[in-house]
Amino acid sequence: MAYLGNPPDTQKDMLAELGLTRHSELFRSIPESLRFKGDLNLPPAETEMDLVRHVRTLAKRNRPAGDTVSFLGGGVYDHFIPSAIDALTSRGEFLTCYTPYQAEASQGTLQILWEYQTMIAELTGMELANASLYDGASAVAEAAMMAAAVTRRRKVIVSQTLHPESLACLKTYLINTDLEPVTVPWKNGAADMETIAGLLDDETACVIAQTPNFFGVIEPMEKLSEMAHAIGALLVVSVDPISLGLLASPGEYEADIVVGEGQSLGLPMNMGGPSLGFLATRKKFARQIPGRLVGRTVDHHGKACFCLTLQTREQHIRREKATSNICTNEGLMTVRAMLYLSLVGAAGLKEVARLCAAKAHYLAEGLSQIKGFGVRYAAPFFKEFVLECDQDADRVLARVAKHGILGGVPMARFYPQMSNRLLVAVTEKRTRAELDAFIAAVSQ
Amino acid sequence: MSNPKGCKYTESHEWCRTEGPAAVVGITQHAAEQLTDLVYIDLPSVGDTVSAGQPFGEIESVKAVGELNSPVSGEVVEVNQAVLDDVSIISSDAFEAGWLIKVRLSNPGELDGLMDAAEYDKILADH
Amino acid sequence: MPEPLIFDKSQPGQRAVEFPPSDVPNAGPVLPENLLRRKPPRLPEVAERSVVRHLTILSRENFSVDTNFYPLGSCTMKYNPRVNEQLSGLPEFTGLHPYQFDEDCQGTLAILWQLQEMLKEITGLPGVSLQPAAGAHGELTAMLMFAAWFRDRGERRTTILVPDSAHGTNPASAAIAGFKIVQVRSNEHGLIDLDDLRSKLDASVADMMLTCPNTLGLFETDVGEVAKLLHGVGAKLYIDGANLNAILGVTRPGDWGADALHINTHKTLSTPHGGGGPGAGPIAVAADLVPFLPVPRIERGETGVFHLVDTGHPKSIGRVRAFLGQTGVLLRAYCYLRRLGARGVRETAENAVLNARYLQSRCPKDFATPYAGDCMHEFVLSGTPLKKAFGVRTLDVAKRLIDRGIHPPTVYFPLIVDEAMMIEPTETERRRTLDWFADVLAEIVAEAKADADQLHDAPHTTSISRADEVRAARDLDLRYTWDEAK
Repeated sequence: MAYLGNPPDTQKDMLAELGLTRHSELFRSIPESLRFKGDLNLPPAETEMDLVRHVRTLAKRNRPAGDTVSFLGGGVYDHFIPSAIDALTSRGEFLTCYTPYQAEASQGTLQILWEYQTMIAELTGMELANASLYDGASAVAEAAMMAAAVTRRRKVIVSQTLHPESLACLKTYLINTDLEPVTVPWKNGAADMETIAGLLDDETACVIAQTPNFFGVIEPMEKLSEMAHAIGALLVVSVDPISLGLLASPGEYEADIVVGEGQSLGLPMNMGGPSLGFLATRKKFARQIPGRLVGRTVDHHGKACFCLTLQTREQHIRREKATSNICTNEGLMTVRAMLYLSLVGAAGLKEVARLCAAKAHYLAEGLSQIKGFGVRYAAPFFKEFVLECDQDADRVLARVAKHGILGGVPMARFYPQMSNRLLVAVTEKRTRAELDAFIAAVSQ
Repeated sequence: MSNPKGCKYTESHEWCRTEGPAAVVGITQHAAEQLTDLVYIDLPSVGDTVSAGQPFGEIESVKAVGELNSPVSGEVVEVNQAVLDDVSIISSDAFEAGWLIKVRLSNPGELDGLMDAAEYDKILADH
Repeated sequence: MPEPLIFDKSQPGQRAVEFPPSDVPNAGPVLPENLLRRKPPRLPEVAERSVVRHLTILSRENFSVDTNFYPLGSCTMKYNPRVNEQLSGLPEFTGLHPYQFDEDCQGTLAILWQLQEMLKEITGLPGVSLQPAAGAHGELTAMLMFAAWFRDRGERRTTILVPDSAHGTNPASAAIAGFKIVQVRSNEHGLIDLDDLRSKLDASVADMMLTCPNTLGLFETDVGEVAKLLHGVGAKLYIDGANLNAILGVTRPGDWGADALHINTHKTLSTPHGGGGPGAGPIAVAADLVPFLPVPRIERGETGVFHLVDTGHPKSIGRVRAFLGQTGVLLRAYCYLRRLGARGVRETAENAVLNARYLQSRCPKDFATPYAGDCMHEFVLSGTPLKKAFGVRTLDVAKRLIDRGIHPPTVYFPLIVDEAMMIEPTETERRRTLDWFADVLAEIVAEAKADADQLHDAPHTTSISRADEVRAARDLDLRYTWDEAK
């Protein structure tokens, strides 16, 4: 009888007070024909002790990247997580509270969310940010719908340089809307500016691009921003938050909506979830933003405080006309991100970004020295690059795996024709010895 | 309070009265009270076209967002900037200072299809 | 504000975390100057101690399940077991990258696969996807699947039926999936008005989204008939599983004729609410909908090896998020179900309903009970009598409960009840807490009689009094601006 508030005797008394003798009588209103007979066919209950043993045994069947030398990327990365984050987010007051609808009972969560909103806005160079979306991929879809609502236009131009799962998610989300997504294939590993220019018209709600893009290539966005704005369309950009410790912020190139995956900001890899979608934008679009917003105000005695605001946009009030259907978002993950950004600060974030870039470039340089290997795209990259091999990528991975190295994500996973390419990511955690070992293993 | 006799009314709680070739449009005091604390209003621009029975903007309170439906068709010739600056004017004076837009009527005959004050009073009383 | 803003605690040059210098040689600057940001972001400059103090002090401003009775209707604020936290936090789980080879993820895949099987058994439906990140996400996924199912048959259906008592995510999700909403009335018993339903059933209807037990806490006794009526016009029945806690092991949506449903793991399956997430919204579907489930699928091979498969499912709607799903959250749900077992699952429902029924019987009769039927795991009261007699609204009662250290119930929902208060104690509360809550309500009624103003200004004992929400919406202040820096 795990987790029940009342032992059997108390339950009996309570039933008696209701004039009942058996629990089954509580379900009188459920038609007999619909009642399930007997017990569900579920594994028998385990005590906590047995559960721990059983799950730890299962855990041993995982060989987590976090315990090896990993060069896996593609949206989720092995970044360093400061210890204070786990310690603070395991506090019951943050872990077990609900959405802060009752402001007076939730000032802790509300203030942290407001501080998080500020930090994301600062990081992206935008005027404001929301209190989270599910993940970076669904955030792209939400941004497209938001751009359509703002511009009242239907065409969505998206570069194929986005993460393939963002592209897939966008397609799934938009299929029954009256939005018209147009995907533009990449050119030399970057957004094809000419084709995009040709597609831009006064029916275009937005152009969606990613930088660094899925191939790791940094794409300057000034020109795309100009082109989009000239025709009254919005620029939506998906970004790596760590890269913003060093690279131009979207605000600097007049982006309109910025989204991305926030896992790198203090969240464990966790096989991809729970994740953290962030969205930042201009103040004038505040009423079209999906998701929750925390505002600062005063209480009735004039004391500064926080509450959810503009709730009329959200599903519980606006219903079918809501800016989104999102209700539960990523809550505790925003606390992690706020903590990460507070603990590392701008200086630390810049260091992390510098280290990622320095180590990635060192590795790329070293791998390029090996005959038959090279970085596929000549353009500047941040912490990830596509390694072109003169052999099957799987062979390379098998070879380096013998040295306890996860050499990268086979590009064939996303684009079957790219059987000889690997997506290699380098974070601040990789040491020179590990990088040298990788190079040595590849060249064998 | 009773609703001004010089105005015509819609079922969705908008009022209008004529000023020469134009009609002044607003929402009734009843509507303002139902919405409670107003926080924001979205109005069209001068030169925009409005159609009878169609939304021309939105009004927002802390708890709800309502559509503003135009009683008449025509071109917007003036928009009440004072209300855009301070939406609470509508709550304090919905029929005068709280006017929203002025419309050059493209079809004055539409006014006949609207309710008069007595009919609108009755609707409120029946609620 | 009990605690300064973290930005106001900044001291130039202060740092909490440092990193070792680069150990790799690079030939010159790695990135071209023109790609770099011109100004650094203004993030806090604080020591770890300041951050820890900041969060710890702020934590004391929160009500939580751990610290307070939290009877939020339709949220199922049950106790969040700590063994789930411990196990899901093991580095073997947290250190997994989503793009590792399947053979390196067999532990997690085995757990997720078994969770799928358990959810099939609990729901009585043969297909499951663990991908959606929340209940609303699950709703959207199912609506997209329905649309795809109809499209596959060359049909285009445009309407979804939703009860007037439905949660706001229902119509919002349906709208994104491209459907128009038509509301179906509830009858005088608070249940779906079958005549109204029949009058709205036509070939344009794709499905009905029904919460059962419904948002009044009542079991929709005609749900079997509803399923038949929908199927009769070639439409489907979707069950919003937010209230599943009331029926676990007692009855199964699949057995009612439901075609799909979502489960909120952060409600029914004890995963923590986290201040608004992360949750998970797995869906279960009938056999003919299985081809349309999202990819990747978690499948078990003949040799017992688990695989993530995204090819070979051409009718799949694709994906609604990146990667696999809210894996860490799903691990917690698995642990919970393993602790409960079949008996424990049913006892959970039995005690959820017992606690609610008992609490309802103890609540002061000054509150009206708008619908008379047997409540399931939650019940709705109306504060209208208090409004009429003393000018005290449900909002005032809610705020006064905060003074008494109780998180308010859900208020002003469902929309069909005036001055609604939706109360769900859950099975993890003990009898004494329920008695105490009923007593506190009675005391608040007495306060309403004696001095209504005290309630209008509540709460009085929290660090802030009622927040001015009007000002928050009129003067949007959504972030710190450094003009205010001291």
